[in-house]
Amino acid sequence: MADWSRGAATPGRPPAVEVEALARRFGRRWALRGVDLRVEPGEAVAVLGRNGSGKTTLLRVVATLLRPTRGRVRVAGRDVVREAAAVRERVGLMGHAPGVYDDLTAAENLRFALRMMGRVVDEQRIAAALEAVGLGREADERVRGFSAGMRRRLVLARLRLQQPEILLLDEPYASFDAEGVELLNAFVRETVERGGAALVVTHDLARGEGVLERAFVLDGGRIVQEVQVTGRPGAVREVVP
Amino acid sequence: MSGPWRAELGRVAAVAWKDLTAERRTRANANAVLFFAVLVLVLFGFAFGPDADALRVAAPGVLWLTVLFSGVLAFNRSYQVELENGAFDVLLLYPGDRRAIFLGKVVANLVFVLLIEALVVPLAALLYGLPLLAALPGLAAVVLLATLGLVTVGTFYGAMASRVRAREVLLPLLLFPIVIPLLVAAVEATTAALAGDPMGEVGAWIRLLIVFDVVFFIACVLAFEHVIEE
Repeated sequence: MADWSRGAATPGRPPAVEVEALARRFGRRWALRGVDLRVEPGEAVAVLGRNGSGKTTLLRVVATLLRPTRGRVRVAGRDVVREAAAVRERVGLMGHAPGVYDDLTAAENLRFALRMMGRVVDEQRIAAALEAVGLGREADERVRGFSAGMRRRLVLARLRLQQPEILLLDEPYASFDAEGVELLNAFVRETVERGGAALVVTHDLARGEGVLERAFVLDGGRIVQEVQVTGRPGAVREVVP
Repeated sequence: MSGPWRAELGRVAAVAWKDLTAERRTRANANAVLFFAVLVLVLFGFAFGPDADALRVAAPGVLWLTVLFSGVLAFNRSYQVELENGAFDVLLLYPGDRRAIFLGKVVANLVFVLLIEALVVPLAALLYGLPLLAALPGLAAVVLLATLGLVTVGTFYGAMASRVRAREVLLPLLLFPIVIPLLVAAVEATTAALAGDPMGEVGAWIRLLIVFDVVFFIACVLAFEHVIEE
């Protein structure tokens, strides 16, 4: 199992995510207007905000799926524009949409993912990953018949196989039942305990309590608040705008 | 073969396998494209009337226009599958060279279009009275080379069009002007091959098809990363 030198803010180790004066424009509309944030190794950080506040845009820039219009973004010390390939080797994304193929089975989706990652296709690992997310019995069923929650679990199985250093999760709690939320939170916890990090865009901070330690609040493309979350009863109500 | 190359070839094979497996299971695209191709052949037949000589003269042009129109449906569908569940983002985030995605899709589309042609070409021969068996060796080379060129450019512009809302309309607008040289060469080579190549011109057209294939293959592979960026 991957270990990225356990512990937060290890001396000499670059921040997991470092965003400086990030701005991103779509046509005439600025989605981000000078965002600064930092996520240290060993940290799980939430990004909150209203619809259209720029949360997903921020995550997509960090993931190398969008180029910044201005500013600089580094992931594990690598620039998302100049060293995009190196960044992609370190991040794992759970997006709005699941990104799985309806006409492949659950196991085939994972086999495909492993081949695309350039890893050995290990059937035992695939079976274990599916079992871990409660899809062991559906391994050979086509995804077309899966519910939204089952698709999310399949994405979680893919992330478990990938073991990324930095998790980028966009509304990860949507569609998950209570058990699914627990599985996801356990995986985020495992990742940060091994020295990885997580940046979680969510409207539902309550479901990530106990895992998410800090929260940034975005409004109109700017960070308007930064709050410590863990161990603060009532903190959720305090930070949600 | 060195490690990185083997890994990239593995990714190319994975994308091709994924596309072809999904297509084999649903046959949604194959049935629609095949039906469309047969319809185009029959409609052109009605448009040219019952004159057997006129049909034979028009047949090579009709055949390649049928392949071109059918190909557009296939190329659009190739990226539609990625967009349906947001899979394109995940695909773009896998480590390694993104050109492997393009090459995998070229392989899958090439197999798909060649299978469609395997049914459409004999049907065209039947409907338009073409001496298919006599022309087969030369015609096979023309079909293979012209299809490779068409699929390469179609897969490339399919990726470009997939990023915009009006992609079904945009793809033909981008693709058709670019493939005019390929279309002319394919039609002329097919006409000559079906006539028994009396003037020995098939070779010249095949060389033109090879040049088109090589130039556009290299250009599309090099430019792919830039066209899929948002």
